Amino acid sequence: MTTQTSPQRAAVRRWALLGVAAAGWVGLYAVNEVFWTWLYATVFRLDITTGWASMLHFFSYDTVKITLLLSGIIFVVTVLRSFMSIERTRALLGGRREGVGNVLAASLGVVTPFCSCSAVPACIGFVSAGVPLGVTMSFLIASPLVNEVAIALLLGLFGIGPTLLYVGAGLVIAILAGVVIGRLQLEGQVEAFVYETRLRGQVIDSTAGLTWDDRLAMGREEVASILRRIWPYLLVGIGLGAVIHGWAPADFFARYAGPDNPLAVLVAVAIGVPLYSNAAGILPLIDALYDKGMPMGTLLAFMMATVALSLPEMILLRRVLKPRLIATFAAVTALGIVAVGYLFNAIL
Amino acid sequence: MHVKILGSGCANCVNLEKATRQAVNELGLDATFEKVTDHADIAAYGIMRTPGLVVDEQVLLSGRVPTTRQVKDLLAAR
Repeated sequence: MTTQTSPQRAAVRRWALLGVAAAGWVGLYAVNEVFWTWLYATVFRLDITTGWASMLHFFSYDTVKITLLLSGIIFVVTVLRSFMSIERTRALLGGRREGVGNVLAASLGVVTPFCSCSAVPACIGFVSAGVPLGVTMSFLIASPLVNEVAIALLLGLFGIGPTLLYVGAGLVIAILAGVVIGRLQLEGQVEAFVYETRLRGQVIDSTAGLTWDDRLAMGREEVASILRRIWPYLLVGIGLGAVIHGWAPADFFARYAGPDNPLAVLVAVAIGVPLYSNAAGILPLIDALYDKGMPMGTLLAFMMATVALSLPEMILLRRVLKPRLIATFAAVTALGIVAVGYLFNAIL
Repeated sequence: MHVKILGSGCANCVNLEKATRQAVNELGLDATFEKVTDHADIAAYGIMRTPGLVVDEQVLLSGRVPTTRQVKDLLAAR
């Protein structure tokens, strides 16, 4: 029985298992492309550079690659995040002023464990604890915008440069949007009950007393739960990406949505806002569009609009925020995304 | 013993209730269950990440779904 072994042996066993898993991950990642090329080109004798075969090859390779990237990065991020809690974040933000508070809130939005179903309790928790509204909004914008799924996929598909660009742009949008909302004095646009909320009993830290085994188990569960939730988006995204990859003429998107079209960013954001997907569904598509000549700024703006602003989250937030504040939040964030899109298209 | 499951109804709350009912059964405790879905009520317990587990008005856990074993430990330690 494992429960009978000494703590030292249990620790050795735990880290050894983790090491084996990590080595397996690296091995699979390394042979992925080689395997599919061998299977389709050598075994089935298909021409994987065009048409159906190219689509099939792209789909198989991308599905495995993205699943591996997601599992690895979500696991690592969740374990690291188990050292940070939203209670600690709130304590850090309490009493902060505009500026410093917004920068801190946006950064903490990236590292604090958070899901959109917690947007409402977090919003109430922050505002009722005296965190300024603008600072709270910086947190609520940064959290979904700069998330681990997006970072994992950008890193894997585009490398470190565009990833840093994305994270930096996301932080700037969250900081500025929070400052603007703070300046607009919209405190009256928060439902009154939020200010009247009084704590009963003691607040407990949601990550208090965790052991390494707990943290690793949380990582595994998070990987399973995110993959369970996003796999349909992922498959549709990769499927669309494969179709574009295999069939769209090379200059099709460059011609209609290339750097020469001044409206491309606006159109991309207008399509992205109502579209409800997540980074996992959007990035394979973006990868394929980039291959076909669409500029990075337009694509990042499209992705940001899709993940940062979603109708379901706004409907949830309606319980605590009045329509005018929600509309302001959406408008300011969308404007920031459009600006970032044009900026990147101009400088890249 | 009065158990409250706090959360707006996502899958996490269902799993938390399942684990807690199992733990209560295994410990042979007598408990009534209540679901708290109102955001103001949830916030009043200081919970910022759902789901939350409250037993006799004391917050035992928030922000994650525990295993049955962990709930048993929490209930025993009370």
